Amino acid sequence: MTTSADFDQGAFVRALLDPELPPPNELETPGGFPPERRFAVYRNNVCVGLVDALAERFPICVQLVGDEFFRAMAQCYVRAFQPRSPMLFEYGEEFATFVSEFEPARELPYLPDVARLEYAVGQAYHAADAAPLPLDLIRALPLDRMESATAALHPSTHVIASKHPIVSIWRRHMSDEKMGPLELDRGEEALVVRPQLAIMVAALPAGGSAFVDALRRGRTFGEAVNAASGVAADFNLTDCLRELLVTGAFVAVSVAH
Amino acid sequence: MSDKKICAAFAIAGAFATAVALAETAKAAADQEKCFGVSLKGKNDCAAGPGTSCAGTSKTNYQGDAWKYVPKGTCTSIVTPKGKGSLEPISH
Repeated sequence: MTTSADFDQGAFVRALLDPELPPPNELETPGGFPPERRFAVYRNNVCVGLVDALAERFPICVQLVGDEFFRAMAQCYVRAFQPRSPMLFEYGEEFATFVSEFEPARELPYLPDVARLEYAVGQAYHAADAAPLPLDLIRALPLDRMESATAALHPSTHVIASKHPIVSIWRRHMSDEKMGPLELDRGEEALVVRPQLAIMVAALPAGGSAFVDALRRGRTFGEAVNAASGVAADFNLTDCLRELLVTGAFVAVSVAH
Repeated sequence: MSDKKICAAFAIAGAFATAVALAETAKAAADQEKCFGVSLKGKNDCAAGPGTSCAGTSKTNYQGDAWKYVPKGTCTSIVTPKGKGSLEPISH
């Protein structure tokens, strides 16, 4: 056993990630058992553990590419990105970007955004709890002054704008519902909220994610409508608000006097 | 306030009012209750015991010990050829 002072962590990690490298020099094994073999077992356990964690975090990506392909891709990711947090639910932050640059997955252009949606679902699941604003309280607000009002969003709220129908893909993998063919080039904007214990995923109208992003930055509803209209000229505010209200995305609204 | 600004405020107020009403309808539809004696053969959501107790296992139409999810408040007003729906298991 070596002390932490003369222990080269960098060399240890390099040997951990590359099966071609010999085990770290400091390694001592009891009973003369070959350190190469013991370290290989450890290396394998670390890798399999992280690949398993990714498969749990991205179950729809697993379904889309198959178990074998996913595990091979995840193994490449594990070599390139190690956890930076001791909390495993935070692992996989760069996975979607990695997938978008992963040559063998190029044939599935929607895969990175599905991964983005799945990561958001995981983050929403672990986000802080908050009580959504009840609908009757919203109805009682001075609606004629909402243009200059601001909103606090539920801490679990995430939006992902995609050039692909990611919400439809997500839905048909979450249920056994039979649905018609998908137009893969029809974009969708996903809204993820966890108002109580269950995750809700909804499709916002075009421009909806710009609307939510503006509100998140503290912009007024009027400014948020302008931001959304800048992205989509036919932005449908009623549909967008309906989805935000059904999912419980608002926890507070402040109306200026 | 300019005309344009009044217009925007008006549009936002209208969108809010409509959206709240739509959201209430959607939420009401999501509120469901277990209703016994109304499901068709094999279409129950759960409970058709003894020994079965799971979805899609009821053997006859409107079986009294099989239930189906229906919108809240509508169960007892559902009329089947075997009688009304019930919030408790029934023996026909």
